[in-house]
This record gives sequence, C-alpha cells and structure tokens, in this order.
Amino acid sequence: MSERMALTGNDSAAYALKQINPDVVAAYPITPQTELMHKFAAYVADGDVKTEFVTVESEHSAMSAVVGASLAGARTCTATSANGLALMWEILYIAASCRCPIVMPVINRALSGPINIHCDHSDTMGARDAGWIQLYSENCQEAYDNTIQAVRIAEHPDVRLPVMVCLDGFILSHTLESLETSDDQTVQNFIGEFERPDNLLNVDHAETFGAFALQNYYFEFKKQQADAMVNAVAVVQGIGSEYGTLTGRPYDLLEPYRCDDADVVLVGLGSTMGTAKQAADDLREEEGLKCGVLKVRCFRPFPGEQLCQALKDVPMVGVMDRAISFGLGGPLFHEVRSARYDAAGPMMNFIYGLGGRDLSLDDAGEVFRTLARAGESGRAEPTVSYVGVRE
Amino acid sequence: MAELLKKDQMKPGAVAEGGTMAGLYTGSWRTYCPVTDFEKCTHCMLCWIVCPDSAVRVEGGKKLGTDYQYCKGCGICAVECPADAIEMKLESDLSEQRKEGEQP
Repeated sequence: MSERMALTGNDSAAYALKQINPDVVAAYPITPQTELMHKFAAYVADGDVKTEFVTVESEHSAMSAVVGASLAGARTCTATSANGLALMWEILYIAASCRCPIVMPVINRALSGPINIHCDHSDTMGARDAGWIQLYSENCQEAYDNTIQAVRIAEHPDVRLPVMVCLDGFILSHTLESLETSDDQTVQNFIGEFERPDNLLNVDHAETFGAFALQNYYFEFKKQQADAMVNAVAVVQGIGSEYGTLTGRPYDLLEPYRCDDADVVLVGLGSTMGTAKQAADDLREEEGLKCGVLKVRCFRPFPGEQLCQALKDVPMVGVMDRAISFGLGGPLFHEVRSARYDAAGPMMNFIYGLGGRDLSLDDAGEVFRTLARAGESGRAEPTVSYVGVRE
Repeated sequence: MAELLKKDQMKPGAVAEGGTMAGLYTGSWRTYCPVTDFEKCTHCMLCWIVCPDSAVRVEGGKKLGTDYQYCKGCGICAVECPADAIEMKLESDLSEQRKEGEQP
C-alpha cells in the first residue's frame, strides 16, 4: 500500500532509513544534512526503529563506526555532506575495500573555501574514485526510492559495495515535495534480511578484514573491487526494474527525456535535470528547437555503453557539470567524452551552479541555444564554458 | 615458496592468508627498548594484552621477555606496567647481552 506524503529531501531520506530500520547508524551533524539525522534520531527516540544510534565526535569516526558494525554483520547507514564527506575520506576507501555494504545519503554541497554551504557536486565528485557506487537523485521522490534500492544494490552478493545516494543540498534537501511512499512492510519485504556469514562475530569461522596486504596480494583485492563495480551495472538495472514492478516507478542507469528526435541533448546529474526537461519542453514549443535531456542516475559504475547508445543519433551533445576538476574541466564531461571516444560527435562542456548558484530556466535555454548554434556552424567551441560567471 | 592465491580464491575484503606481518621484522625501527626487571615483574600479563605487536613472549602463564625481532619500542608496556617493572632504555646504550639479561 502506498501513501502520498509531503516531505523534504532530508525527510524523504530519513523516512526511507526509518523503513529500512538499519541495525547500526553512526552520524555527525553537518549542514545541510543535519536535519536528516535529526529526523532519524527522533525515530530512534520514539522507538520507531530498532537501530543502535551512535553519536560520534566527527565524520571520520562516523564512517569508522559503521565500517566496524558492517564487518560485525550489521546492516548500516550514515549520512553526510560536503566537508563532512571530505573528513570521511580515508575511511571511504576502507569501507569499499572491506566490502562493507553501507548506504549513505550525501546531501551535495560545495566544499570550502570560500565557505559556502549551498549545492554543487564538488563533494561527491571528489569521492568518485573511492570505490563507492553513486546514484544521483533528481527530486525528493528519487531520493526516497534510491535510498531503498541502495540497500539491495549494496548487499547484492555480486556487488557488496557501499552506495552513496546523492541529493542536491537545499534545492532538494530543504524543499517540500509531494511524493509517494510504500508502507513499512513492503519496504522490508523488498530489502529482505541482511546476511554476512563471514563476519567478525562469527567465532566459529573467524575472519580478519582489511589487514595487511603487500605487493603479493593488494592488487588482487583491488581487481575484486573493480569486478564488483562491473557487476553492479546489471544489478542496478535489475533492482531498478524490480522496484518499478513493485511501485510503478522503474529505474535504470540513465533516464533519456525526448532524446529520440533531438538535435541537441544535455547530459547531467541531479535536480538540474528537472530544470533542463522544462527548458527542453519550452524551447520545443516556443522556438521549435528539438531539445532532449539525458539524466545520468548512476555515475559509478559509469554506464558508458548505455550512454553511447542513448546518444548515438544526437548531432550535438552538451554536458552540464556542477563541479570542476581543476586543470581539466568538468568531470562528467570528460567521462562522457571518453566513453564516446569511438563514436563521438562534437561535444561541449558547461560548468554551472557552483556553491548553489541558481541555474534558471533561461540559463538552461541559453545552453540549448549555444549547442544549436554550434551544431549549425559545426564549431563546438569553446570546449569548456562557464554558465553565469562574472568575468 | 608456496603458491600465492589467485584473485577468485580470495575472500573479498578479508585477509588473504594469516600471519601477514610475520615476515616483516619491525624491531629495527626501535629507538627505545623495553627492558623488564624480573625482580619486580608479577607476570600479570598486562604488557601482553596491551602490546600492539604481540611482541611479549609468554609461556605457561609467565612472561619470558620481549621479542626484539618485532618490538617497535612504542613504550606502551612500560607506561601500563602496574609493577613499574619495564624501563625504556635508549637502544644505542644497550648491548645485546644486556638486553638478553632481562630473561628470567
């Protein structure tokens, strides 16, 4: 049975965590994520969950505590944002390499400095090589749905990797939205029991995790992680489709929007894809410009093959990046271009929205027009441009 | 040398083979050396519990001494010893005989 509720992004992730009812959650507050754990702590205090809630002294400790709990056989979650994620850095890699299926909503926010608490993707983009699966959410509904699916994806025996559920700070975290939720039992049936037979508390089959591995073994462990990421592609798709059967909201690695006949397509992540869809509709209607949008839901593992397929007949592709890889350009752009190396048409990169700067419908429209002009002139220059920077 | 395990023979995230540190002799890192005075030692085994390198040699419930092949000289044992029986001495001041002199 489903119920329509009005929830913010933080509420929706917290509500999903409540329904998941993890064994252990360890967390430390950081804006704009604070509200999420605030809400979850209330579920703990009210006895709505059976979770052991550990209040720690930093994000480094939060991640360390959930790694320990996960290795002891517990289903574990935490949440963070921006500099909090940065403080977890060391343990992010350890969580992935110890194959801990931790689920972590990350409220995307700019990294300091200058100090800025608003939305961009600098935080999770920096963590893209840590070995975590990354799902990006367009709206609060997706934040809720992704959090529930993340449990299944993370714990899948072919995967067993931690998952970040990314949602845009303030734009989603603090914005009320009407969304559809499942009842607790439906969620419980969907996620099932977590079983990790080889855990630290199984004294009959004692195991050591994350111990020393030198030149003779380290590389094989890393290849195992790489293999698990490859396996995750089919698992993310399979679980997304199963979730669709259950709720009527199917999920895939990518979501193409009006791409079939499009002359220009914008590729991107998160809430901006909602803006881009609206701009595409408007421009099609008002200017006859055939615009499409390709939303990347799953950024790690990177769905290169599926992306090439979705873009194969598109004459002009633009990629929106809400982060900079300094000295290179936008990280998403470079990955999309690299994936399309063998079949690439011209592409342009638009960096936008850092530190929460709004990308308006007009801005999105202008990006589509820039692509259209480049398509007509055959000159996709400059390769990287910055939307709305005063210079 | 024994054949190494292949990737798919290893349990993900777990240790590949036990005793990964056994072949790594860390004793040479030491600047200060724990020397036990067995006149004072009560064999309470606290040093054995706290030693991060399992470098306290024990047999039949009695402390025999320190395994200097592995002891890094961190000094935790000397700080924790309730009988004040362990003294950290500058490595360069000690001869091998004097170290071995700690054996009961």
